[in-house]
Amino acid sequence: MFPTPIEKTSRTWQITYQTFLPLALLLWLMPLLAVALFSIKPEADFVSGGYWSLPTYFAGLENYGRVFFQSDMPRYLLNSVLITIPTVIGCVILSSMTGFALGIYRFRSNIWIFFMFVAGNFVPFQILMVPVRDLTLDLGLYNTKTGLVLFHIAFQTGFCTLFMRNFIRALPFALIEAARVEGIAEWRIFWYVVLPLMKPAMAALAVLIFTFIWNDYFWAVVLTQGAESQPVTAGITSFNAQYRAAYHLMSAGSIVAALPPVAMFFLMQKHFIAGLTLGAVK
Amino acid sequence: MSNAAIPVTEYSTPQRGWYKRNEIAITPWLFLAPGVFFFLVYVIFPIFQSFNLSLYRWDGLGQAEFIGMANYQELVSDRAFEVSLWNNLKWLILYLLAIPAGLFIALFLNQTVTGIRLYKSLFFFPFVISQIVVGLVFTWFYDPTFGLLNVMLGWVGLGPINVLGDPSIVTYGIIAAGLWPQTAYCMILYLTGLNAVDPEQIEAARLDGARGWRMLWYVIVPQLKPATFIAFVVTIIGALRSFDLISIMTNGGPFGTSRVLSFYMFEKALSEYGFRMGYGAAIAVVLFLIMLIFIAYFLWSMFQEERGR
Repeated sequence: MFPTPIEKTSRTWQITYQTFLPLALLLWLMPLLAVALFSIKPEADFVSGGYWSLPTYFAGLENYGRVFFQSDMPRYLLNSVLITIPTVIGCVILSSMTGFALGIYRFRSNIWIFFMFVAGNFVPFQILMVPVRDLTLDLGLYNTKTGLVLFHIAFQTGFCTLFMRNFIRALPFALIEAARVEGIAEWRIFWYVVLPLMKPAMAALAVLIFTFIWNDYFWAVVLTQGAESQPVTAGITSFNAQYRAAYHLMSAGSIVAALPPVAMFFLMQKHFIAGLTLGAVK
Repeated sequence: MSNAAIPVTEYSTPQRGWYKRNEIAITPWLFLAPGVFFFLVYVIFPIFQSFNLSLYRWDGLGQAEFIGMANYQELVSDRAFEVSLWNNLKWLILYLLAIPAGLFIALFLNQTVTGIRLYKSLFFFPFVISQIVVGLVFTWFYDPTFGLLNVMLGWVGLGPINVLGDPSIVTYGIIAAGLWPQTAYCMILYLTGLNAVDPEQIEAARLDGARGWRMLWYVIVPQLKPATFIAFVVTIIGALRSFDLISIMTNGGPFGTSRVLSFYMFEKALSEYGFRMGYGAAIAVVLFLIMLIFIAYFLWSMFQEERGR
């Protein structure tokens, strides 16, 4: 193990490490902690200029209450959910199919189709912006959640295919051969042999895509406009315009907007990291 | 993979249907069809449409007018474009700092003391939250009247600086904000990589007297190569995609000095500065061509690896 395990080093170094660890974390998360502090301070504290003083009283309930009951925030949150969940489902379905096709079968254009997905996934959003916006307008889906979902599914399929294909390649091929010898139809091999083995990959992809899509901002401003269809990332900016100097409300709003992917991460940590670091180890 | 398609047709009787006989050749295409269709319509075709559009003058509503290379000629003399291009370069270079920083934190956290798992996830935290929230958080951190940065500078007797209002440092301020989540990402890649480092090699190197930096450089870093490659890929892409932070922190200001190509393109094509779709597409094409250099390199590396299998 590198660096040298702490329990094999001198007592002084051990103590130094144990003290530095929490300090480093505190420093690292300082900007966030500041926002958390802001979100429980009453408005009066900001008016009197006491930005960094301890809250004169705990105003958390009041601030979060206003975010939830007197603003458009719940609506934006609901939009985010209605955009993110269908995208996750669509991506997982499409990419388990493409991943299966590219991972199991050998045909001449296989690698080129695979590279098309990989390359497309790296493309800057701006080169797609005008044509995709036009297409969405033509389909009559501008400023709808469906329009956003369709684009997200299509774009994320690139990354998901890369992920699924590499995962399937690592499965024991003998399983598929055995099934073929038994004369099982190919689609049944997909359904009964490969799909059950893909569950961990699907879970990893689901949490990753959830986070990516929840945090998307660019496409939200390109393809949607109003509170009826914009997700929470775009919502928070109009919130920002509305409450520019109301730091307590902005902080509470930001925390609410950031919470779902954070919760997802802590609940599904193992899958999340497995997905994110795929390929980091040979 | 050499034995992927075993011909099962040898023992099948001629009476079997056409589909049954060609099942192995057809199935992959059936499975690919929906995914490829979506991807072509929403990703591949639009790239070519943008190339085409960059030769037109179009406000997004009326008739598009073909003007040849005029948009590109205009780009050459556009000061704002030049500023954006330089800022993109700053982003590209400085964003790479996330890789050594991530490695450093990963080494710091690669221990087995109690609670280390929680520490690792909390260090990873900034990556999970949206860039919009990161941007807001850092806007307040930099705020000249109450921001924590200036409070801390005050402790050591330095005057308040307005990071986001000063054209000479604004881009660096935004990049620093972007480095925060990006470093967390690189850290998690390296933590996974460190887990897989061969302990026997480390022991052998220790016996040979390798320690500290030499051990890190000659024994550990070479074994972390796959992690470094991915960290490099995601960091380059992240740098060239920077949009959210600029949009929320400065909106391109002050005086357009913090624009990058991705932001400038959006401004030209879709914001109150006018709907110049063709000109925007030309900017996007330039950005795409820069990205293409890296995409070609990534694909080439992946291709080498595929062949090596």
